[in-house]
Amino acid sequence: MSEDINVKDGLRESATFDRTTMTEIRRAAETGIYDIRGFGAKRKLPHFDDLLFLGASMSRYPLEGYREKCNTSVTLGTRHAKKPIVLDIPVTIAGMSFGALSANAKEALGRGASLMGTSTTTGDGGMTPEERGQSSKLVYQYLPSRYGMNPDDLRKADAIEVVLGQGAKPGGGGMLLGQKITDRVAKMRTLPMGVDQRSACRHPDWTGPDDLAIKIQELREITDWQVPIYIKVGATRTYYDVKLAVKAGADVIVVDGMQGGTAATQDVFIEHVGIPTLAAIPQAVQALQEMGMHRKVQLIVSGGIRNGADVAKCMALGADAVAIGTAALVALGCNHPKYDEEFKKIGSAAGFYDDYHEGKDPAGISTQDPELMKRLDPVEAGRKLANYLNVLTLEAQTLARACGKNDLRNLEPEDLVALTVESAAMARVPLAGTSWIPGQKY
Amino acid sequence: MCGIVGLYLKNKALESQLGALFTPMLIAMTDRGPDSAGFAIYGDEVADGSTKLTLRHPDEHYDWDRLASAIKDDLGVTVEWFKNSKVAVFKVGAEVDVIQSYLAENAADILILSAGQSIEILKEVGLPKNIAETFNLASMKGSHIIGHTRMATESAVTMEGSHPFSTGQDLCLVHNGSLSNHNRLREELKREGVTFQTENDSEVAAGYLTNRLRKGDTLNEALTNALKDLDGFFTFTIGTRDGFAVVRDPIACKPAVMAETDDYVAMASEYQALTTLPGIENAKVWEPEPETIYVWERDQ
Amino acid sequence: MKTIDLQKHTVRDLNQALHDQVEECTIREWEVLEPKGQHNIACGLDQNLAVDIKGHAGYFCAGMNKKAHVTIFGNAGQGVAENMMSGTVRVKGDASQAAGATAHGGLLVIEGNAGARCGISMKGVDIVVKGNVGHMSCFMGQAGSLVVCGDAGDALGDSLYETHIYVKGSVKSLGADCIEKEMRAEHIDELTDLLNRAGVEEDPKAFKRYGSARQLYNFKVDNASAY
Repeated sequence: MSEDINVKDGLRESATFDRTTMTEIRRAAETGIYDIRGFGAKRKLPHFDDLLFLGASMSRYPLEGYREKCNTSVTLGTRHAKKPIVLDIPVTIAGMSFGALSANAKEALGRGASLMGTSTTTGDGGMTPEERGQSSKLVYQYLPSRYGMNPDDLRKADAIEVVLGQGAKPGGGGMLLGQKITDRVAKMRTLPMGVDQRSACRHPDWTGPDDLAIKIQELREITDWQVPIYIKVGATRTYYDVKLAVKAGADVIVVDGMQGGTAATQDVFIEHVGIPTLAAIPQAVQALQEMGMHRKVQLIVSGGIRNGADVAKCMALGADAVAIGTAALVALGCNHPKYDEEFKKIGSAAGFYDDYHEGKDPAGISTQDPELMKRLDPVEAGRKLANYLNVLTLEAQTLARACGKNDLRNLEPEDLVALTVESAAMARVPLAGTSWIPGQKY
Repeated sequence: MCGIVGLYLKNKALESQLGALFTPMLIAMTDRGPDSAGFAIYGDEVADGSTKLTLRHPDEHYDWDRLASAIKDDLGVTVEWFKNSKVAVFKVGAEVDVIQSYLAENAADILILSAGQSIEILKEVGLPKNIAETFNLASMKGSHIIGHTRMATESAVTMEGSHPFSTGQDLCLVHNGSLSNHNRLREELKREGVTFQTENDSEVAAGYLTNRLRKGDTLNEALTNALKDLDGFFTFTIGTRDGFAVVRDPIACKPAVMAETDDYVAMASEYQALTTLPGIENAKVWEPEPETIYVWERDQ
Repeated sequence: MKTIDLQKHTVRDLNQALHDQVEECTIREWEVLEPKGQHNIACGLDQNLAVDIKGHAGYFCAGMNKKAHVTIFGNAGQGVAENMMSGTVRVKGDASQAAGATAHGGLLVIEGNAGARCGISMKGVDIVVKGNVGHMSCFMGQAGSLVVCGDAGDALGDSLYETHIYVKGSVKSLGADCIEKEMRAEHIDELTDLLNRAGVEEDPKAFKRYGSARQLYNFKVDNASAY
């Protein structure tokens, strides 16, 4: 052991009661309330970095990068919808609310996604004209709070996502603190200005998959069976939840792993509830395969997707598409070093900022402050997002071609190996150089 | 996650039609539970001192006749039996403890689906319509019946994991909802001698009631205790020898609707399961309150 | 008037026919026969139609209603008129739980009793119940009014925002942050108007008013036990 950060000048810091832990204890003692923050899980988890592709060499043939096609488009909602969604790339933008994000940020997400022919998603707070206007394909979230929910927007949506939970907080409801409940946000949500808004964790008019089946039928009836209906769950008991989502009638299932972000939730929730994205995908795919529904009910995976390798690995494990949230915000400029001085003024630093709920984001993204908002040019930020999405796609294609695939969805778990025992067990792929998948019987 | 239906006849003249009245009720709950279905029917009682059992063996071609002869010879009691699809209904001229311990010793691989003087539990994996046909439900007679269609949440889709679950003599339970503290409770009940065949949460509720009743609780007391000790969401319907009981958890999210006329009392998860009952248009229809135990029983 | 028998046609047929009136309204009056507790009847309407449902309805009847006037001549299942925007929904019998859930506008009249969570998370609808309401009614109610001519169950108005609640009978218990408030002249006026619109004959002076104490609007350590 060369460098132990817990040892300093002959003094020894406790690994159990380290400085971060002590700071939190003191904070709790001062305030009497749990720590609320944004962003996703910050602890280290088994992740896609622990997986590697087996590129082609002798036993398989690779495809040429610029000449031989590798399809990236994917069609979602083929099970029941009259108008399934066709995405040009298998990377979509996850649900993030106007309220949590500024109107400019929402517009930028719509612009970036539309440039690349993919969809973006509303959030807990309704649909804004800006995002509908700028999003060629818009998924409308149907959430427990039903803030701003109305049938006109429902009929304008290209798909409906019934949200049961998200990876950052499966089993919990949303939060939006008073600082961000401006006049416009308050009006959209029918709330008094400045309240600390706690959203419900359960839907108000149904509970359980048997009643959800009837709810989905209602949404289909209202929209005349035109658009796909997604069900989004936070990754926990994913195998069962995916089976029940299929039974309840979903066209598409969205599984959000615990690295998935949030605008504001208790830190204890973000760090201690849910399972890593890596562990959730094989469970979801197994459930779909056992029901004969893999590829018939499409699977979107989210939670900690950062680069084209992550995209390709998700798809190799069986996802039909991925969704990004935090990464998209970073592409827009979230946590940008150019605002480091300002981050320091509010007790944070570029790269560390997670107090989205306070609405003081120097990058002008997770804020409703009119002055801060202006810092984000939706056209320029949208262009950046499009660039980033393009890179994700090119990278995923590169890896797929190297594995000899003419379609991203032809990637298979057998194209992957794991670097660690943990990731091998979770992703259900062999440890590199072996044929050993921990936990599997031969 | 499931559909529940129950029908208790006040008018004895209808008893020959019980199965026919009930079949469409069960089938109406298909959307709530396409995985498996089952019912407990009460009627065709055996005399005091005798026992009726619903039995099942993993081997479809099990020689029930041979078992019947063995019981007759070994215990020196009367045995009548008939087969209904994969189950056999045995009527034995012995107390329930005697025959149960005999089976445990001599035919341990037999599954006892129900025991009592009146109850028969019939259940199977598949769509409710197929289960009704399998057991020829429409032609069955009796005084009352409760049924269940299952949408499996966490435990496996098997015959054993289907409802109703027997909770003691002439008692059974069906459940709509999802319990959240059943795993530890199951361990506690096991230590107290309750046996379980599945990982099913509802079976734990049934085992809990069995245990309370064994300890001397009345049905009402057992259900009152259940409200205290079971966590999660539930609507339970409990079949008794003389009728049935309905209870919902304090939050009462899972649906339940009741209907009563001069001829019958009926319950269902959804009203649409009641629409085929005669005179339903003029029935008194209402929803049971949370945390309230409703019992409908004929006078003794 | 157009009559549709739901034993001969599907709910899908009915709803499509009703939705087709949005483009061009050719038939304003509709009668639905033999609903027999089916779900999602007359949901998503967006036209000034009069729809009479002759019997009991299942879940989400008249869900997300806009402009239309729907009358259920029987009981309504879970979530009747959920997320209604405008128009009127009238239940002649009882309503199951979550009646008028999250509804933004319009008038919901329940002539019998309403079950648990009546008006949960309501966002501007007016609900008038002639009978009783179940537990947790008006939970997280944000805006609009709930009038109960009978009794209210446990935890009325829990975590209430700005919904006005009027109850004539007893209240089993009030939920967190819900308190009885003074009935001032403007409230008598509002209640009188609500009762008139609902066609319910009651003396507004016999009602008590309940509303939010607004103590839970912002996190305070002293309120931790209520969170």
